Amino acid sequence: MSTPHTTSPAREQSPPAGDSAPAVAAAHIEKIFPTSGGEVHALSDISLSVRPGEFVSLIGPSGCGKSTLMRLIADLDQPSSGELQVFGKDARQARRDQDYGIAFQKAGLLPWRTVSDNIGLPLQLHGVSSAQRKARVQGLLEMVSLEDFGDHHPDQLSGGMQQRVAIARSLAEKPRLLLMDEPFGALDEMTRERMQTELLRICTETGASVVFVTHSIPEAVYLSDRVVVMSPRPGRISEVVDMELEDPAARGDDLREDASYFRMITAVREALHGGAPSGRGVETR
Amino acid sequence: METTTTTTTAGRILAPIALGLLGLAVWQILVGVVGVSGYLLPTPMAIFSEAQQFSDSIVEAGLITGWNSLVGLVAGSLLGVVFAALAASLKPVHDMVNPFVAALAVIPIVALAPILNTMFGTTEFPRQAIAGLASFVPVFVSTLRGLRQTNPEHRDLMRSYAASGVQVFRTITLPTAVPYVFTGVRIASSLAVISALVAEYFGGPRGGLGGIISTAAASSQYPRAWAYVLASIVLGLLFYLTTLALERLANRSRAAAAG
Amino acid sequence: MTAAPSTPNTGLFSRTGPPGSRATWLWGVIGILLLLLLWEGYKAIGPEAGVVLGDTRLLPRTSDLAMPHTWDMVTRLFEGETQARNASPLWVTVVSASAFTLGIAAAGWLAGVVVGVGLALVMLRWKIAEWALLPWIVLSQTVPIIAFAPVVRSWGAQLELGPIQWEGWMSVALIASWLAFFPIAVGALKGLQSPETAHVELMHTYSVGWWTTLLRLRLPAAVPYLLAALRLGAANAVIGAVVAEISTGQRGGIGRLLIQFAGQASSDPAKAWGPIFGAVALGLVAAGSVAMLGVILSKYRRTEEK
Repeated sequence: MSTPHTTSPAREQSPPAGDSAPAVAAAHIEKIFPTSGGEVHALSDISLSVRPGEFVSLIGPSGCGKSTLMRLIADLDQPSSGELQVFGKDARQARRDQDYGIAFQKAGLLPWRTVSDNIGLPLQLHGVSSAQRKARVQGLLEMVSLEDFGDHHPDQLSGGMQQRVAIARSLAEKPRLLLMDEPFGALDEMTRERMQTELLRICTETGASVVFVTHSIPEAVYLSDRVVVMSPRPGRISEVVDMELEDPAARGDDLREDASYFRMITAVREALHGGAPSGRGVETR
Repeated sequence: METTTTTTTAGRILAPIALGLLGLAVWQILVGVVGVSGYLLPTPMAIFSEAQQFSDSIVEAGLITGWNSLVGLVAGSLLGVVFAALAASLKPVHDMVNPFVAALAVIPIVALAPILNTMFGTTEFPRQAIAGLASFVPVFVSTLRGLRQTNPEHRDLMRSYAASGVQVFRTITLPTAVPYVFTGVRIASSLAVISALVAEYFGGPRGGLGGIISTAAASSQYPRAWAYVLASIVLGLLFYLTTLALERLANRSRAAAAG
Repeated sequence: MTAAPSTPNTGLFSRTGPPGSRATWLWGVIGILLLLLLWEGYKAIGPEAGVVLGDTRLLPRTSDLAMPHTWDMVTRLFEGETQARNASPLWVTVVSASAFTLGIAAAGWLAGVVVGVGLALVMLRWKIAEWALLPWIVLSQTVPIIAFAPVVRSWGAQLELGPIQWEGWMSVALIASWLAFFPIAVGALKGLQSPETAHVELMHTYSVGWWTTLLRLRLPAAVPYLLAALRLGAANAVIGAVVAEISTGQRGGIGRLLIQFAGQASSDPAKAWGPIFGAVALGLVAAGSVAMLGVILSKYRRTEEK
């Protein structure tokens, strides 16, 4: 499964283990999928570092490998070559240590469990006592404003509420890193904006780093400290745009009408289209 | 975890064949060498040679049971489609038929065999009726589901064309339902053979596979009984594969129409 | 013998409109009345020798012998089983025979559940086992395995498993379990494999093992499939038990009664219907019991969407 591409494991930053280590440190990652129609070069020479507490969005058209990159960080897939570390450990160890929480585009709740039991699932799996679990779940329910819905089942909730449950679940073990793959992709615009503001508040409260995959330029700009712009065939990082906006903790709906916000949208937009005025495959709402 | 597609295909084909051969070998050795009484369980070789010896009468018996199954399957399927169409369009019919179908699905239909023998006299007809009843259930259920599968967008489209009820049925409802009908027929085919065969255990003329199996077993001619068991397995397979091919064909023509 | 469960919604009870609504029940009752009317109506006006086309009699003879009155079938249940003065009513005989067969079918069903679920777990755990076994299991569903029932009779008397003497009813239960296990194995495997990739990956991100994933995700997700499979298995076990009783000559059950009373039909036509009602009740009770299980496990039948 290895490739002829042999970059010597880049350890130039040589991340020291412990709290000071970057949340994610990727160096020269390659990912190649063997398919019946030949090999697909999904990721090429990806190098990226995410600081503790930093919010980084991955944006790009379909097929640029942004979800694949997130799956590598989550150890749901393994890179073909290159070095990938999460908090100074390899991705597998980080998964074993439960260093991250994850949320997908589909809420992925277990339909036979109540909201509370869904949020408590990772705690239960890892042997947290039921009293502790109850207290933690209560706190999480409040954090996502679903205090009154703990005993409901997923099929009784709206899409936005389901997604909030999924986010609460991803936060259950107080992870230092959140991985989110288009978690608001299926929501309507109004719900989406409200969820974005809530997510920023939660991140400020917990101080977690976030790797956030999205299709939407405004969403990426609104949420992020840095926006990583990717391009397809093969998937690679074409530009990293720093968001010169106010502190995430202070961001609110006002920002959405602020000139700095539009400036950043334009910057990301131009990075995406390589300067060309029109684009494809990316939502601009 | 990752396996290339070639090893997958090879495994899918080779593994069952290997298991089958292993099973036959163990059987042969168990009976032939270890000495489990061949009287109880003849060796595969003994069964095959017996089947060859009686091939003419086996084919004859197979034709009788096969014909009963076929008549039952065709009649039961037609009835199933007709009733499903009625049930789909008229709610009272649906509510009247549904309890019967639900019951028919779980009761041992073959239990009716002796009664049917008295009602119709000892002919092959009771077997055909039983095979028909058994076939009716899956065809009805599957067709009814098919008739209700209509895509709402398609229906709205036809409405926007101001299409008549007959037109909607011909262009939307029927093509959607046809593959489901054949799925039902495929499921029914096995049931028809099994029911026609088992009905012979309940008395009546003894010419079919089931009748001969029970006669041979009753007179302790076990290799002979097994040879007829083998024949009924072949018959069942024949029905299944034929209806499976029909189902594939129905699905393909739909895919072609859609594409 | 019914087909393998393809989806959990294959159930016949799933599309019954608003369940329990009064109109639905009413129409069901009207359906039964209509059938009775059809029977009596044809009996009243149909030709004595039935309707014969060529060699085939398409509609039955209308004599009391061939078609007893529906009310005779019912009242016969409350008359003595035989002419003897102290004979117990027919329904008592039918019920006790049905209970006997139900017991054997239940034993066979349980054995079928154990073997079927066990096989499904093995196939889930090892891909190679699925490749090797599943084609045979599917194939076995399509061929009349039950044809070998008469042959099993010969095993009974000659088997001795240590201290346990092989008894006739065990042969019957064996055949019943043989028929029950196929749909259960296929349905259980389908159910255990039903969780979406997203759910499986979620468990992977929680870094939990195969057994925990089985317990917390796969088994709960399999419940709807299992219930359908268990119902099919129960129906199959009943059919297997009834047929096996006949072909192995087992006494005491409803299968034997069916044959025995049919033989007396020329003198007592209504009596033969007793065991038929018994067999119908048997199937309904068996399937109904599994449906009760579904009520208990109803929370596992939810879906994520509305």
